Amino acid sequence: MCARCAEHLFEEFQVEMAVVRAAGVFSKFATNKYPSLSGHASRSLSVSSSLTARTHVSYELKDDVAVIRLNDPTAKVNTLTWQLQSELMAVMEEIWANGAVKGAVLISSKPGNFLAGADIKIIQSANSSEEATGFSRQVQKQLEKFEKSPIPIVAAIHGLCLGGGLELAIACQYRIATKSKNTFLGTPEVKLGLLPGLGGTQRLPKLVGLPEALDMMLTGRNISADRAKKMGLVHQLVDPLGPGTKPAEERTIEYLEEVAVGVAKGIANKQVPLTKEKSLMQKLQDTVMGLGQVRKMIYKTASEKVQKQTKGLYPAPVKIIESVKTGLEHGTKAGYLAESENFGKLTVTSEANALIGLYHGQVTCKKNHFGTPEKDVKRLAILGAGLMGAGIAQVSVHKGLTAILKDTTEESISRGHEQVYKSLNTKVKKRALTSFERDVTMSNLSVQLDYSGFQSADIVIEAVSEDINIKHKVLKEVEAIISPHCIFASNTSTLPIKDIAAASKHPEKVIGMHYFSPVDKMPLLEIITTDETSKDTLASAVSVGLKQGKVIIVVRDSPGFYANRCIFQTMAEAIILLQEGAGPKKLDSLMTSFGYPIGPVSLSDEVGLDIAAHVAENLTKAFGVEGGHSAHTILSDLSERGFKGRKSGKGIYLYEDGTKDRSVNPEAEEILKKYKVAAPPAVSSDSDRQYRVVSRFVNEAVLCLQEGILRNPVEGDIGAVFGCGFPPFHGGPFRFVDSMGAERLVSIMRRFEDVYGNRFTPCQLLLDHAQDPSKKFH
Amino acid sequence: MASMLLNTMWSGSVRPSRAVWLGARSLSMTAQLQAQVQTKSKKTLARPGVKNIVLVEGVRTPFLLSGTTYADLMPHDLARAALQGLLHRTGLPKDAVDYIIYGTVIQEVKTSNVAREAALGAGFSDKIPAHTVTMACISSNQAMTSAVGLIAAGQCDSVVAGGVEFMSDVPIRHSRKMRKTMLSLNRAKTLGQRLSLIGSIRLAHLSPELPAVAEFSTAETMGHSADRLAAAFGVSRIEQDEFAVRSHTLAKQAQDAGLLQDVISFKVPGRDIVSKDNGIRPSSMEQMGKLKPAFVKPHGTVTAANSSFLTDGASAALIMSEEKALAMGYKPKAYLRDFVYVSQDPKDQLLLGPTYGTPKVLERAGLTMSDIDVFEFHEAFAGQIMANMKALDSDWFGQTYLGRKSKVGAPPMEKFNLWGGSLSLGHPFGATGCRLVTTVAHRLQKEGGQYGLVAACAAGGQGHAMVIEAYPQ
Repeated sequence: MCARCAEHLFEEFQVEMAVVRAAGVFSKFATNKYPSLSGHASRSLSVSSSLTARTHVSYELKDDVAVIRLNDPTAKVNTLTWQLQSELMAVMEEIWANGAVKGAVLISSKPGNFLAGADIKIIQSANSSEEATGFSRQVQKQLEKFEKSPIPIVAAIHGLCLGGGLELAIACQYRIATKSKNTFLGTPEVKLGLLPGLGGTQRLPKLVGLPEALDMMLTGRNISADRAKKMGLVHQLVDPLGPGTKPAEERTIEYLEEVAVGVAKGIANKQVPLTKEKSLMQKLQDTVMGLGQVRKMIYKTASEKVQKQTKGLYPAPVKIIESVKTGLEHGTKAGYLAESENFGKLTVTSEANALIGLYHGQVTCKKNHFGTPEKDVKRLAILGAGLMGAGIAQVSVHKGLTAILKDTTEESISRGHEQVYKSLNTKVKKRALTSFERDVTMSNLSVQLDYSGFQSADIVIEAVSEDINIKHKVLKEVEAIISPHCIFASNTSTLPIKDIAAASKHPEKVIGMHYFSPVDKMPLLEIITTDETSKDTLASAVSVGLKQGKVIIVVRDSPGFYANRCIFQTMAEAIILLQEGAGPKKLDSLMTSFGYPIGPVSLSDEVGLDIAAHVAENLTKAFGVEGGHSAHTILSDLSERGFKGRKSGKGIYLYEDGTKDRSVNPEAEEILKKYKVAAPPAVSSDSDRQYRVVSRFVNEAVLCLQEGILRNPVEGDIGAVFGCGFPPFHGGPFRFVDSMGAERLVSIMRRFEDVYGNRFTPCQLLLDHAQDPSKKFH
Repeated sequence: MASMLLNTMWSGSVRPSRAVWLGARSLSMTAQLQAQVQTKSKKTLARPGVKNIVLVEGVRTPFLLSGTTYADLMPHDLARAALQGLLHRTGLPKDAVDYIIYGTVIQEVKTSNVAREAALGAGFSDKIPAHTVTMACISSNQAMTSAVGLIAAGQCDSVVAGGVEFMSDVPIRHSRKMRKTMLSLNRAKTLGQRLSLIGSIRLAHLSPELPAVAEFSTAETMGHSADRLAAAFGVSRIEQDEFAVRSHTLAKQAQDAGLLQDVISFKVPGRDIVSKDNGIRPSSMEQMGKLKPAFVKPHGTVTAANSSFLTDGASAALIMSEEKALAMGYKPKAYLRDFVYVSQDPKDQLLLGPTYGTPKVLERAGLTMSDIDVFEFHEAFAGQIMANMKALDSDWFGQTYLGRKSKVGAPPMEKFNLWGGSLSLGHPFGATGCRLVTTVAHRLQKEGGQYGLVAACAAGGQGHAMVIEAYPQ
């Protein structure tokens, strides 16, 4: 249902699976009472760690080069835990003290990651901003030692090198990275509402230039090895190797080490230069960047862009720009100070808390909590080659599954095929995929008009029209062919799964898989079980979704499930606000300034007013009408006049090619006037209007938890942010209630209730939380 | 196809040799090998009910660095020379073969069925059909095994198979955009249409398209893949350079000793008679060590000097059923026995064809590694040869990738490519296969061995191996 919202959302806030443990190391200092700001701490620590055996960092000498290996034995991924950091410093002190050592190589023994960042859990235990600032100062000082190392240190990077990992790497003298598809460098701290607090804001601009550095830190995007080389973030690339006399990955790391040792020797004996002769372009760029006026312009542009995209709701980007600016304009010393202070401030913001919560939630929702399916699902068959069906096919074949895409007309299967091909071909044009890989991927897709091959399918997903009779018809047709183990999943957005399952001979094999459009961009998958759905069916459906790269929430069957049920509340209130004369543009901007990636009116147009009307009809039937004309009546009236939204060129807005600045459709306004009602002044301030939309959403979400539709608040938050565009910095409706206080929300809703009646009546669970402030969802 | 642009670097850098350190012991194995004949797994690979197919003769033009004496020819001229050489050498009547097959890789568009053009030009009867096959560096192996197939199936009794490659000239095309414009121009009806098409030509249209040096599926050049392969197997730069020096040294000795009898003399129009390969340049390890890596920079190990160079050349072989050969009064050189084609991952195992092909063909023939007296492997890169050696010698590789309990075992160097190889003799892609088979036959005769093995890798991640049995002398 929720169309473009997450596309925007996704650009702004893409929490990476692998990721980011922001600079958590430091908080361990807290337990050590982080005494002084001088080198004292590290000295005393090296003593203590030399007494205990090292478990995370080891080193050996290869000729006159020390190879330092990072390997956290307690985790699959290396993170900058306090243990690792202190052992690393101790090892470095030993190496620096050894006059025979001429160079060092820093490498990870883990396949697939160098250092994925600092441990996020610890940061949450920081008690105050001053504490966090202090930690940042400490580690900044340690990395300064790396930077000023008397012997060259070569960072040899294979896999993830993110956050604190990257900050460590750029404090070294030289960086070599493998060209592996899994090698990524980046500073994703901003996605957690933080900033690179280990000197990143100071070193990056010097390394890759101001514009690139700002881009990296403000978007938090992952940089591929090739790109990193072009940017000057790494000096040299090493190709990943195939298998030799040992497995490919193992040999690749060995090879990386061999090359890095060679380079370390080369630097030590001055055969390998640390700085390359700059090209004319670079020299020119440097000269331009040397001009204060130019830099000023860049800060200004970046700030404006940030303001436009975040509406001032996210503090981290602003602090990043501020830290960078301080460093460049007032010197490194001031820069480091600003960085650590800003870092401290950010760690205690509610935004960081919410974003870190979302990160954890997302990790949880990327796991299968229902066991291993009895039979591994490999072959999909999808009914209906429309936008959804083809989208599901696309994410499936792209992840190595095979898919049959079936529809009833040649036109529709041709369109579906084209949709999948186009999406892959776009990747080819962006060089994310080779044309050969595209062809091989496409060979896993079969578009067809008949049911051939369905007998060997492991799962059938239907994405046909939202009509219970058609659903029943295809279900019966399919059940006649498929094998007994095959699952039947429905991608319905509103029809109850149990109604669909009513026509099935094997209701235990029937499940709902609600994808969000566009399927390849929207990360969420809502899986719906009925009382009859078997556990293995659920485990299989979840495993399919995970293979497709989805973030999954599992909900109980009910009209609209979870996501659409909440969105419906938003839309219904938005329609009433339009009737009250709020004006589409004003309403949209009110909601985007609240933090939604897209306003409710634009969202309806994106989804399609006919579809919105259909959803409204089903849910109105299920939950009853509240007050005045129902949203359904108005939406159908609009769509029957041909105003179906973006797809028909006209909705509540007018859509013209080539212009982004859209105007309100006067004819739609005329229709809305028909339903005009007076706006009660007591609840029609800007803020009230925002809260009317938001409170209905939040109350419905809490009600879903109360009714047992949702399994837990975590999935509720993830579903709302990734499926409905709920403002990420609020962390989802449940975290929103926790941080604003249920009591406050209830009192606002009571005020609305006085005017409008029961649609604003808080649900029991919300009331419980309001009465007992110690109750929290998280 | 890889080393396309390397020969310029290569040719300047090496002087005729001083290093002959490997030479002495290599040719003195004959007696020892003969002694082994008694302990073979099988006395012969002849099988009841299966036709014996023989190599009657194999010849080749001298293999020359591209851009040298052959520079002004066309591919079919070289193929023609090889065919004429074969006719001359065998005294074969010009209408006495049933079929002609040629292998080639980079096709000259004017003579896309180069087999037919060359056959007609060489004076073969115009009643003899001819076709051209392509399978990268094993194209002429494919030509030969196609011939074997035709004879085994009873379709033919005698077939000429060969291969040709001409790298002094390659088809360089207009860009796709330009081609499209030019083709539309053909169809344009009015002057106005033509002018507007001509007007649409931009500078970008004029950039030419060179023949792909890279593997199509992976977009990786072969040299780059070879460097990664060498690294994967831990083959050092020194090992590679040593092997390359060995190849050149042995080739030089063989050339000087007159062992390369398959080479025919060729009077190039407007030039002198060519009768020797010109890429053989033994050099010192010190000289080899001076070269910079050609593909993986700066830490790679494959250089112009330890890779095969771009070569012009053609080969031809006369293949017959044994009966037919004897009936025509020929004394065959060898039996062509079991052969296999293999293919694997074109990215990480592009050049491991010999590793996959060798155990497979041995198993087919019922032989073991120790039964083989003569090994001739195609030397695309020194690093590729050494990687294959290590793969064959690795238990882990054998278990993981070859489905075996243990390693295959590497061929002993004293039986391996003793008369040089593609690194030194040159590697005209389409023509090398015939050279390998003919060399095995000649070495079996010279060294008195019974069984020989040919193995080669090819672009696309493919490979070939063939067992050859000496014809009783």
